Amino acid sequence: MKTRYTFGGDEHIYIEMDEEMSLDAFFKSLSMSNAVREANIDGVTEICPANASFQVKFNPDVIHPDDLLEKVKALEAVAEKAEKRMNTRIIEIPVYYQDPWTHETLMRFRERHQDPSGTDLEYAARINGFDSVDDFITAHHSQPWFVSMVGFVAGLPFLYQLVERDKQLEVPKYLRPRTDTPKLTVGYGGCFSCIYSVRGAGGYQMFGITPMPIYDPEQEVTYLKDFMVLFRPGDIVKWRPIDRAEYDAICQQVEDGTFTPKMAEVEFDLDAFNKDMTGTNARLMEALNGA
Amino acid sequence: MALKILNPGLSTSIQDLGRPGYFHLGIPIGGAMDRFAMRVANMLVGNNEDAAGLEAVFMGPEITFTEDALIAVTGAELPVMLDGVEQNTWTAIAVKKGQTLSFGFLQSGARIYIAVSGGIDTPEALGSRSTYPIGALGGVDGRNVAAGDVLPLGKSGHGKAGATVAPAHRRLPANPAVLRMVKGLYWHRLTEASGEQFLNDEWKVAPEADRMGYRFRGGKPLEFVDREQPFGAGSDPSNIVDGCYSYGSIQVPGGTEPIVLHRDAVSGGGYFTLGAIISADMDYIGQLQPHTPVKFEAVSMEDALAARKERHQLLDEIRASLA
Repeated sequence: MKTRYTFGGDEHIYIEMDEEMSLDAFFKSLSMSNAVREANIDGVTEICPANASFQVKFNPDVIHPDDLLEKVKALEAVAEKAEKRMNTRIIEIPVYYQDPWTHETLMRFRERHQDPSGTDLEYAARINGFDSVDDFITAHHSQPWFVSMVGFVAGLPFLYQLVERDKQLEVPKYLRPRTDTPKLTVGYGGCFSCIYSVRGAGGYQMFGITPMPIYDPEQEVTYLKDFMVLFRPGDIVKWRPIDRAEYDAICQQVEDGTFTPKMAEVEFDLDAFNKDMTGTNARLMEALNGA
Repeated sequence: MALKILNPGLSTSIQDLGRPGYFHLGIPIGGAMDRFAMRVANMLVGNNEDAAGLEAVFMGPEITFTEDALIAVTGAELPVMLDGVEQNTWTAIAVKKGQTLSFGFLQSGARIYIAVSGGIDTPEALGSRSTYPIGALGGVDGRNVAAGDVLPLGKSGHGKAGATVAPAHRRLPANPAVLRMVKGLYWHRLTEASGEQFLNDEWKVAPEADRMGYRFRGGKPLEFVDREQPFGAGSDPSNIVDGCYSYGSIQVPGGTEPIVLHRDAVSGGGYFTLGAIISADMDYIGQLQPHTPVKFEAVSMEDALAARKERHQLLDEIRASLA
């Protein structure tokens, strides 16, 4: 893991903990972004943590970019010593795979895709060495995921699967990004899954859709009354496959204000996870199923 | 005290100087694309510079007023009419109750800014009235203005009709436009020859250009340094492990069409970026029409900071001239 520091114009410093994704890089990035926040440096206006990197936005009228860079670099040692443990939540997200809405959209943007002759799921299953789309879908939802970044658009979570690297699924993004993606599409790009919180542009492969809103600017959805965004970095997600009937039923419950997401408080310890992935995931699922 | 939208034009939205503080959740700063023009319009009518006004793209709206007001139109150049009588741009105009503001055809630039004394007083969302339609925040119920909307106005300030900005102080991009950038972020992904090519090529603004990002076409496809793609990035050489995006950062999906992220930027993603436009030139982007030829010019950080200072000085001069 080698940290790289670079400027984004005259208002941003971008810190890449590692070129490749790992939970170690995520935890180091989160710790370091927290250290920068706690340092309360004059001129720093926003701190955005990402999967294996983070960004500091600053006002160069207040602090010279080189001076800020030195201050940020000095905090790397603090981040290295930080505990890789957090108290967080596991949340179950119902997914209707191979739904008609993402299917319509992926057909509409077929010429921007690597394989115009198939669907996104057929392509993803094939390049990941699965015999069938169903097997690929099972691999997608069988083990839990870790929210390693919130962003792109309002409240969109990037999720990293809690499995050994050789079991990780990987797909490229669309060759050219789409100008449209249905709201609540479950997508995939690189090694990350995501949920498109709102309708809009996107470059991730599209696998399905969830009936469960994760962003509500009106704050009318029962579980989004306190804050309009559901996810925060460190949340753990378990997908649960559902059919059309259940999809429709949950949509109705959301509208009636009777839907409550299934979730539980859990602790996640990276060292414990690295030592025993199966056991850690089993305990996470136990907590969720007890909720 | 209110104004009524008779015709919204092509795309007209309420904007102020934005809602900083939520980019870590994917909610961008938003606000006027051409902040310079928005600030000056507000100065002319005696508002605080961060008051909310209207940003109209390519075409002006048609507006009527329920009370006397002071207005100013800045940014793009197009004829400004009050009950059919042409008025000066970059100038405080007294409007009588019941009069109608309308516009002729666009002459130069892309976005006009309309400030009204008192500022538009729609409800704030996360500390700003700026419209962010993707996230349904601000504006009128999270959307752009539409015919029939009645927009409330705040208490009038102390502007004077006839106050005007000297022509030398009005800022619009040149044509062809030059956008200055600082190389960085993932610039190292490009071969040296390809990086030079990118800076030498003439690009043109593509039709897909909006508040989220401006897309450019016409230059040669980029060439990447060979590497085994890092785990998690995806197999295309333009892919990276999804990271944060800087405002003004230049991403080039597939190495073909650069996109400069603007005020309503996505906060992160998986396409490499080769640097970012300097803060002093961000306003210009909002004034580029489709097909405008553009060159990207790499500058040093010190040049970027000097340009930023110049822009501050220009605003200070205008403030002094209107005081």
